[in-house]
Amino acid sequence: MTTNTRRAFVRNAALTAFGIGAAPGWLARAAGAGAKSKRVLVAIFQRGAMDGLSAVIPFGEKRYAELRPTLAVARDAAVDLDGFFGLNPALKPLQPLWASKQLAAIHATGSPDPTRSHFDAQDFMESGTPGRKATRDGWLNRAIAPQPNASPIRAISMGGTLARSLRGTNRAVAVNTIAGFKVRDNAQADFMSMYSQSTDTVLQGTGKDTFEAVKLLASINKAQAASGVTYPGSRLGQSLQQIATLIKADAGLEVAFADTTGWDTHINQAPALQGLLTDFAESLAAFHTDLGARMADVTVVSMSEFGRTAKENGNRGTDHGHANVMFALGGDVAGAKVYGKWPGLEAEQLYQQRDLAVTTDFRDVLAAVVQHHTGGADLAKIFPGHAAQPLHFFRPMQ
Amino acid sequence: MFRSFFAMILAASLLFPGAPKLNKEQRALHAANRLTFGPTTAELAAIQKMGVEKWVDLQLHPERIAENPALAERLKRYASVHMTNAQLMEKYPFRQPAGKGNAANVRLIYTELAETKLLRAVHSNRQLEELLADFWFNHFNVFFDKGFDRMLVTSYERDAIRPHVLGNFKDMVLATAKHPAMLFYLDNWTSVSTDSLDQMRKRFKRKAGAPKRAAGLNENYARELLELHTMGVDNGYTQQDVTEVARCFTGWSIGDLRAGATFKFNALLHDQKEKRVLGQVIPAGRGEEDGLQVIDILVNHPSTAKFVSTKLAQRFVADVPPPALVSKMAAAFSKTRGDLREVMRTMLTSPEFWSPAVYRAKMKMPFEMVASALRATGATIENSNAVQQELKTLGQPLYRKVEPTGYYPFAEEWTNSASLLTRMNLGLALAQNKVRGVRVDLETTLAGKTAPAAVAQALLLHPPAAETLKTLQTDAGTAHVAGLVLGGPEFQRR
Repeated sequence: MTTNTRRAFVRNAALTAFGIGAAPGWLARAAGAGAKSKRVLVAIFQRGAMDGLSAVIPFGEKRYAELRPTLAVARDAAVDLDGFFGLNPALKPLQPLWASKQLAAIHATGSPDPTRSHFDAQDFMESGTPGRKATRDGWLNRAIAPQPNASPIRAISMGGTLARSLRGTNRAVAVNTIAGFKVRDNAQADFMSMYSQSTDTVLQGTGKDTFEAVKLLASINKAQAASGVTYPGSRLGQSLQQIATLIKADAGLEVAFADTTGWDTHINQAPALQGLLTDFAESLAAFHTDLGARMADVTVVSMSEFGRTAKENGNRGTDHGHANVMFALGGDVAGAKVYGKWPGLEAEQLYQQRDLAVTTDFRDVLAAVVQHHTGGADLAKIFPGHAAQPLHFFRPMQ
Repeated sequence: MFRSFFAMILAASLLFPGAPKLNKEQRALHAANRLTFGPTTAELAAIQKMGVEKWVDLQLHPERIAENPALAERLKRYASVHMTNAQLMEKYPFRQPAGKGNAANVRLIYTELAETKLLRAVHSNRQLEELLADFWFNHFNVFFDKGFDRMLVTSYERDAIRPHVLGNFKDMVLATAKHPAMLFYLDNWTSVSTDSLDQMRKRFKRKAGAPKRAAGLNENYARELLELHTMGVDNGYTQQDVTEVARCFTGWSIGDLRAGATFKFNALLHDQKEKRVLGQVIPAGRGEEDGLQVIDILVNHPSTAKFVSTKLAQRFVADVPPPALVSKMAAAFSKTRGDLREVMRTMLTSPEFWSPAVYRAKMKMPFEMVASALRATGATIENSNAVQQELKTLGQPLYRKVEPTGYYPFAEEWTNSASLLTRMNLGLALAQNKVRGVRVDLETTLAGKTAPAAVAQALLLHPPAAETLKTLQTDAGTAHVAGLVLGGPEFQRR
């Protein structure tokens, strides 16, 4: 990383009075005043580089089984998608979503940057600017339009730290759990007073965002938003459950970020991947069931920093590779289809003779989602330096 | 008052570098902020009595500092942290696939390891050494919960990291390269030459019909050795170099993982052909020397001097350290062939380290925040489980960073709403004696002081800003005021 990316953001600290005076639109919505619900974009990052060739398996490819002597999944074990690709059996919970045409896969996606470093590739994917390390903010933060009186929870990142994708000048809050997002011992007013008056502009700005979000989350109708669905107890499952709660509460959520770790399967990949893929599928399926008809307003998009070697390594695992598969789930997704140009697995078709080649820039997948969600988004600002050609995987708008 | 003065000198120092300087009190506090896990009244008095230059020099020689006898006595209670790998594995066996008693054994090992780290951070007299142990473990990060690493991390930190934190960098690279914790974490123990396997297969003909067990090169360690341990990403190596380095390290493995787990070079599995690393020829026909030569090439590469210096300066000086400082440190690194004490000395005697521009400007990482709060309140730690849970919530569970990058020391990594709320709540809970396993006697620590300004001064070790003080003028009681100070904005900086 370069050092000039490492400065904290100062957010509109002096622009607005601290605290919540007038009741802006999101507060009315949170109180259940029946305002129009917003579209919500949920981004999931699979950290560690998922083996896309095991997630959406090209069993129609002759070379696949040769390259994966111990790892190849037999054709009849996979969930057949279109006669050429199949879902890993561990992804079976996604089959109904596929069948109902709300789930699509985009294969051979990735970055034009050749790096096989996890942290560089994650950084590039989250900044949305492959090869450029000086970018300070994240693509998901740039994807939300600056807006006065926006909901303090319009952008949330699940977990104890704010994801790189959501860092930037638009306010975004990190939330561990909704229930725990508060100050104890009646000290809230005192801390608010201290942080609001602080001359430490970074902490003053973060403090302001925090207390506004605390007030909003305290006000949402938790009973109405409660879910009758059982999510996996994993980090991803719990994150998606909290996100679903916020969507159902109509509290002004526009973008959300969640991540899952452990995808770096260098050794004995099959059992590890089975656990990870099962968790991924069960979490998404629970989210889909929980939201029900609200899925019409929601798109979930998944990404992982790069794919893994086409050929398995010496330890029944795979090493760092290039292209990968992304998923898109939502009411408007034209699903039940594997998108993207398939580059093939023959030696001369592989990237540097070892990895699945990239045929779709990951930014063209994200651009499609952003465009669908915001309408007139300026893609040149969200993905600077890239002439975005959004991939068409949404149903035409009515 | 203080704040505006602070803002003025900060602005002036940015405009006219080297113009205003920290005064004597500020220099002492700066030393305590940056070279300990948090200032205390006693430590600050000791620095001022000795003189800050002498104190810094002493911290660079921890062997000359008498260790806190209470800490030394306390550490004896934790049997597992003193055991060799073999002893540990015999006493607390860990079997895969999951064996009976695994969970309880692992819990005990983790608890003792994490608790002793916290106790040392809070109570050691060799504070800089403790900070450096934390820094270097993080630099050569391994993840506790990866398989057998649960048995190996205890020895890794004690035997491969600690002895070298003020020693020679090459010794530390070599010690980590050969330690089973690293060999296991980054998979090098399984990386073997494909050729050697073919030969073996020929020699010991596979039984007909037996499943073909693929084996071969694994690049995981080679890549991180270049990218994270020595040269830094994009600093002059290629994918080809990664593969060649991996070939050089084939056969660097673990002898009997289940009993003892020591380094073992397995010549049979080593790739003996010629390789080329960063333009240098690694001749054919050799063994363990290949890896040794690679380490030698890497630690002497100018990119390594610069990368290591940058990382130290980012943790100890500023998120974006002055390039001139990094250059001086890198020059010291190259000149002394990686003498880390001299690199540290160069940093700690530089005008950049003592510049008003960096004074109280670093955001505390979660472990730094928690340890400094425990130190400031004079807390007695009977059981650290609740504190470890807080570190997890804050995003920095000890020994549990999955990725080999380690935790980042940058403000933007830790400045967010979830983190701020946790810090506020922890500050309050600690001051009100509500953190399980931890006892705080505020009356003793504050020497009976109850005036808000005095309480704040005693915990921050500098006068609180006027804005802070305004809120602190409350009749909610000393514990409440102390909690506000610990969870407030000023305490989050160092």
